[in-house]
Amino acid sequence: MIDLKVTEEPLDIPGCIDWVMSPQSGGIDVFIGTVRDATKGKPVVRLEFESYIPMALSEMSKLAGQAMAKWPLHKVLLHHRTGILQIGEVPVVIAVSAAHRAAAFDACRFLIDTLKQTVPIWKKEIFEDGEVWVAAHP
Amino acid sequence: MKLNVLAFGIAKDIFGASAVEVEMGDAATVANLKTALEAQYPRLKQLTSFMIAVNNEYADTDNVLQQRDEVAIIPPVSGG
Repeated sequence: MIDLKVTEEPLDIPGCIDWVMSPQSGGIDVFIGTVRDATKGKPVVRLEFESYIPMALSEMSKLAGQAMAKWPLHKVLLHHRTGILQIGEVPVVIAVSAAHRAAAFDACRFLIDTLKQTVPIWKKEIFEDGEVWVAAHP
Repeated sequence: MKLNVLAFGIAKDIFGASAVEVEMGDAATVANLKTALEAQYPRLKQLTSFMIAVNNEYADTDNVLQQRDEVAIIPPVSGG
């Protein structure tokens, strides 16, 4: 089973974990991305996330399908937030369940690493003296 | 044909709009569209890279565009 979401609402971390749990799963692996207070030593005021939502859901669905094909997973959840996020808030939650931990760890890592490369979501860092779209320029 | 190109992230800042109309010849490819956009908006050339999505999929540069396609410019993504 796969659960995907791109939303402006705060992500429900306990709800995400509850959703992936199941009686046959012996391992749950959860990645929670949080807004850090600095980039390369420079204080960050807040982040702003934007998404091309229909395509983001389509790419997230592909990723979840690839993970399901590669590892013996029971459930895969990918939730990403958009809009303005303050320091410490949670832009992304990835949760997977499997019978054993190795598959859960490996799949979770694959999902966050690949999400960052392919899913059309953009992050702008707001500093006290300006703002930058992350990864836009070499 | 007139293509409506959706823009996100830094591309929206460069266009100054969340979508722009681009006039293209019939049978124009994704590569032709990228060239036309770069000519009209030279700041696109300073980006690390940019992709074109057609109907919610990353498109190959030789993909031929149709007027009815949903076309979007995808600057380097940075989710997570």
